[in-house]
Amino acid sequence: MAVMLYWLALVLILLATGGMIVFIVRQRKVVFTWSYRVLVAGFVVHTAFLAHQYAVLGTAPVLSLKASLGFFAWTVTGAYLLFQLRFRLMVLGSFVAPLAAVLMIVSTSIPGAETVVVRPLFKSVWLTVHVVTIFAGDGMFAVMFGAAVMYLLQERQIKRKRFGSLYSRLPSLETLDAINHHALVIGFPFLTLGMVTGAIYAQQALGSFWRWDPKEVWSLITWFAYAVLLHERLTVGWRGRRAAIMSILCFLLLVFTFVGISLLSSDYHSFRSIEGRGLP
Amino acid sequence: MMRIVTIGMSHQTAPVELRECLARDPANVDRALSAIREHPAIREGLYLSTCNRVEAVYTTDRPEEARKEILGLLASLGEVPADALLPGLYTLEDMESVRHVFKVASSLDSMVVGEPQILGQIKDAYVQATQARTSGVIVNRLMHRAFHVAKRVRTETGVSDAAVSISYAAVELAKKIFHELTGRKVLLIGAGEMAELAARHLLAQGVGEISVANRTFDRAVQVARGFHGKPVYFEEIGSELLEADIVIASTASAGYVIRHERVKQSLRRRRNRPLFFIDIAVPRDVEPRVNDLGNVYVYDIDDLQGVVEINRAQRQEEAVKAERIVEEEVLRFQGWLKTLGVVPTIVRLKEKVEEIRRAEMRRSLPGLGELNGEQRRALETLTRSIADKIVHDPILMLKRKADRPSRDQVLDLTRQLFRLDDDENKS
Repeated sequence: MAVMLYWLALVLILLATGGMIVFIVRQRKVVFTWSYRVLVAGFVVHTAFLAHQYAVLGTAPVLSLKASLGFFAWTVTGAYLLFQLRFRLMVLGSFVAPLAAVLMIVSTSIPGAETVVVRPLFKSVWLTVHVVTIFAGDGMFAVMFGAAVMYLLQERQIKRKRFGSLYSRLPSLETLDAINHHALVIGFPFLTLGMVTGAIYAQQALGSFWRWDPKEVWSLITWFAYAVLLHERLTVGWRGRRAAIMSILCFLLLVFTFVGISLLSSDYHSFRSIEGRGLP
Repeated sequence: MMRIVTIGMSHQTAPVELRECLARDPANVDRALSAIREHPAIREGLYLSTCNRVEAVYTTDRPEEARKEILGLLASLGEVPADALLPGLYTLEDMESVRHVFKVASSLDSMVVGEPQILGQIKDAYVQATQARTSGVIVNRLMHRAFHVAKRVRTETGVSDAAVSISYAAVELAKKIFHELTGRKVLLIGAGEMAELAARHLLAQGVGEISVANRTFDRAVQVARGFHGKPVYFEEIGSELLEADIVIASTASAGYVIRHERVKQSLRRRRNRPLFFIDIAVPRDVEPRVNDLGNVYVYDIDDLQGVVEINRAQRQEEAVKAERIVEEEVLRFQGWLKTLGVVPTIVRLKEKVEEIRRAEMRRSLPGLGELNGEQRRALETLTRSIADKIVHDPILMLKRKADRPSRDQVLDLTRQLFRLDDDENKS
């Protein structure tokens, strides 16, 4: 049942992504409308799947790289849908939906059982809050990344005064910058909250707030990077191209922290240990 | 052999740097016109100088000499060597030249096809030419026909409806930068028809405040009144730059009005809010390097053409229709030009008199009762010799003038006095 839900969600999101890509090429509004509906349906099904997982596991379903990538895809989709409600920016979907789709595909292709034996250690509200807020922030940052890429593409055309086929398809610079701003302002508190709850959970589960494991360190670096961006934006008035480049770098850092460190290190944050194949 | 020649450069053939050399000094027009008037090889002429084109239209019997003179004139006006001008120049002769003038007047050769300003600019150029007494029969005729063609193209084709003027293109671009223009602040530096048109377009999009800066404050006040805007001193531009979102520059200044340093300094205090410069001045008002600054976008007139290019295809069809109208009118003009020779006028004059004589004979004969052959012949001879005598002196006069410079005037006057161009009088 759960597996079927997952596959249905995957198919729907892939369909929606395909539709969004067709939309940016063909510029038919009806294509977007349907892709959007399919995406909403995919999101709902995906939500049902995750709810089911949560009920079964008794904690947030992010205990393996496979599961957490799927969860990440869900927050990306969710963040996009929120921005769609606010900005009504059809073309944003063409940039963000593929991101969600890629995460889903990678997640699907990673071997591993969906349900692992959950140790009581992980059945904590703090862990759930930690993970959900972190991923909510990540979802926002993914949208921000998409908007930043779009900004750079559009800005380049306007600056160089050469207009390709994307020019009419991409929204205005101000809109893209506003998305960047909003995603940052919403995403950053989530990220912060995620790190704080993570520390609280660590204190409860492991007895110390901070253990300097690579993932924690890199998370802190990522957090600082976003903090710098937010600070520059709010006080100095960074915006536009510079902010877009910075958000792309920050996002790459985030992906590295999320995927790279999880694979490379063997500390307690790594999925290998979480899945019960290593320490502690 | 008399020729009609156009020598000039336009946005299609010469870069803005070269065009602005020639447009630098407003007094250039007067200088050009007096050169046209003084030079013996040039009979009549007209000098058109807009921000998109510089053209001399003239008639001559000695094309080589006249061409040299005009080239020299353009080089001296632009303060550049003639060699530098040559690659950007085109020379059109006779019907090519007529066709070109018609197309320019009907805005088919404009940077923004169908934009309405060019006709006004040509009318101004023509008024200047008549005031400087450089226009003659052919230029007069050419101009009046050009105005007529422009009117036909405007009313009979969709070229001007579909026309996206420079200012419209600028507005579209502004929307790609700012998304919504509501509440944005506009600074107008310098005032001209084009700048005001752009400002009006922006107003229609709901921009907030418009500030107007001008070298002469009176003019700023006057322009600002038209937009319910705020007139500011020219010296206030620096502080206005901190507030403005869109700057339309169109001064006649020879140097840059907006310099890189000044914009750079204002950026931080603006908190990097985007700034869009629309530079429709030739020579340019905004230093091109300003475009390198972050969140600042500078478009000069040539750049805007690139934007306009996008919608060109849609107007192609209407343009074909317009081309046909131009072609028709060129043929008509060619027909008229042929009548300017002495012989065709004399022939036509004789024909006309003979037509009148015959018509009157036909009307009067029935009232004269029965006439025998001899009486009838005598009557024919009488009327014919009266008619011949009446036109004898005018014909002699025309023949005498055949090689004189005043020939065209005399011919034109004759044709008007005797109404020899019946089919032409309607238009």
